[in-house]
Amino acid sequence: MTLHTPGPEFSAAAPRLIYRKPDVLIDRSTHYCPGCGHGIVHRLLAEVMTELDLPAHTIAVAPVGCAVFAYDYLDVDFVEAPHGRAPAVATGIRRVRPEAFVLTYQGDGDLAAIGTAEIVHAAARGERITAIFVNNGIYGMTGGQMAPTTLLGQKTTSSPTGRDAKLMGFPIRITEMLAQLPGVTYAARGTVADVPGIGKLKAMIKRACQVQISGGGFAIVEALSNCPVGWGMTPQESLEHLKGPVVEAYPLGVMVDRGAAGSAGSASVGAVGRTDSARQSEA
Amino acid sequence: MTGGREVRTFPQLIDTEAEAGRRARILMKGNEAIAEAAIQAGCDAYFGYPITPQAELLEWMARRMLELGRVFVQAESELGAINMALGAAATGARVMVSSSSPGISLMAEAMSYMAASGTPMVLVNVMRAGPGLGGIGPSQSDYFQATKGHGHGDYHVPVLAPASIGEAIELMATAFELAERYRTPAMLVADGILGQAMEPVELRFRTPERHTFDWALTGASGRPARIVNSIDLQPELLERRNLALQQKYRDIARHEVRWEAWQLEDAEFAIIAYGTAARVARTAIARAREKGIKVGLFRPITLWPFPERELARLSRHLHGILTVELSSGQMVEDVRLAVEGRCPVAFHGRMGGMVPTPDEVLGALKALRAKVARTRAAESLDDRDGHGDLTRGRERNGRGADAGMHVAARHGGRR
Repeated sequence: MTLHTPGPEFSAAAPRLIYRKPDVLIDRSTHYCPGCGHGIVHRLLAEVMTELDLPAHTIAVAPVGCAVFAYDYLDVDFVEAPHGRAPAVATGIRRVRPEAFVLTYQGDGDLAAIGTAEIVHAAARGERITAIFVNNGIYGMTGGQMAPTTLLGQKTTSSPTGRDAKLMGFPIRITEMLAQLPGVTYAARGTVADVPGIGKLKAMIKRACQVQISGGGFAIVEALSNCPVGWGMTPQESLEHLKGPVVEAYPLGVMVDRGAAGSAGSASVGAVGRTDSARQSEA
Repeated sequence: MTGGREVRTFPQLIDTEAEAGRRARILMKGNEAIAEAAIQAGCDAYFGYPITPQAELLEWMARRMLELGRVFVQAESELGAINMALGAAATGARVMVSSSSPGISLMAEAMSYMAASGTPMVLVNVMRAGPGLGGIGPSQSDYFQATKGHGHGDYHVPVLAPASIGEAIELMATAFELAERYRTPAMLVADGILGQAMEPVELRFRTPERHTFDWALTGASGRPARIVNSIDLQPELLERRNLALQQKYRDIARHEVRWEAWQLEDAEFAIIAYGTAARVARTAIARAREKGIKVGLFRPITLWPFPERELARLSRHLHGILTVELSSGQMVEDVRLAVEGRCPVAFHGRMGGMVPTPDEVLGALKALRAKVARTRAAESLDDRDGHGDLTRGRERNGRGADAGMHVAARHGGRR
């Protein structure tokens, strides 16, 4: 389904529908704080899933963190993973349901701290899953503590005088790390900071979904996002901060696209092991 | 052979068995028999991580599951393995993981999630000696972990404890049945001896019936989306979820208790033991009977739910109970709760991978018998002097009145 093209049912005299809410996005106000970027990423995912006709085939994995209730907003089958384990949970789904579209949605505390082993090894195995990684540089849900992605000098409730590299180490660029692995077909970083950025982010999410559909390996999109409450800023200030020092620390762009024409394809193990019994248990 | 181990493939074993006739018994290692029993029970996917003394189970799965076109993944950790199992099980697949004690500790978090969300899965623990990294010898020191909860929150899982490799084969099928019937993880606990020893076994495999699950995640095509989760931030809703879980546990306790009674018809004493400890106890009981000691064996097969009612009834007719474990004394706490002081409960156990000998157990039994005899002699003096303990007196009278319903005469069973 294409959202931006008016159908033949619209006469010249009638209003032209140029934009509407995708059906897969549940009509409900979110629990996210005012100005938070999660809602934008949800919306982009909903648009892409609709355009690629994915909702009826999707099994998604919700994280622990601000997006724990992602299933309240995206109308697809969802399983909740323990903190950090979404890529392992997605691996289990992928292996018994090769026909499903498998999606993970994780924040930076979930993916870049407690879940580093799971994300690295899902990527190393080249699991045919699409990982959405929302990086706002902070633990939002628990009250704004320092994350591995917190910028140097940034004040949080657990780095009250600012992140000091001597005591607290350096921010991690997870997506660049993962891009080194041959099992990773696609790795990119975008941002919700402004309208052009949102457009590019949507293209990245779409590409990461298409990689899975076309039988590629692991695909990840990091979405740099804001946390006005956790950062102690107004929504507008937080977007300016995002466009400035955050993007400087985490450069935007496509790190790798091994599925693109002319490049070496990466291994995918996702099609192995479909079981008849799994099919039988479909309701 | 150019180095490496000789690998016997299972189809060859089947052929041998077929040639020798249906009643043939073949020699199998416990870990391999458990793995094959899971395969024959229809296990769709296995996720594991190497750890002694259950590595052969993972290796058997690595070869056989791929041969059969099913799913095998060696995960990056036990955390990875159990969470892969969580994902696969949430789609309705028949899923199994296995590990040994330290690995089970790592799996505890996801066990709690799966119990809370009602996700069926079978977990095998080939127990080794702890605490900490401990050792690789046989042990039963994970009884508390298995029966009192591995992870956080108010939950239980059914725990099955085979005492032989043949029984392990049967109980693997039972474990899948319980997991799917009650929407819960189910656990099978063996120890290093059951995992590593070879025994002649009859290949009596069983495949539990397949069911359609109205909760399984298959993609929301032509139906509303489904959610498998465990979070309820509203206390009223979370209490409701907990009440439903507790009702499930009452149902399991009502219908799924399993135990075995052996030589208890005329017994004055009973040894309570499970798994390998029960096998040592059998030898000790045979030797004790030769010396005229009337003793039998009560063997819990489900560690949770514990056969507490059966044990309570049995205890009314006994002079004393000896609990034998490969631990510092964990199950003995449940024995004492069930017995409620109706008769003395003694304990004998070894730790660190050591196994009690039958003569050690016999010695502990004789010590218990001597203590009971001393106590009874003292009590009868008290009674003659008119200073008897009223509670004990009533209990002894009750013992006589109950003699007609000697439950232990049944050779075990299920309630």
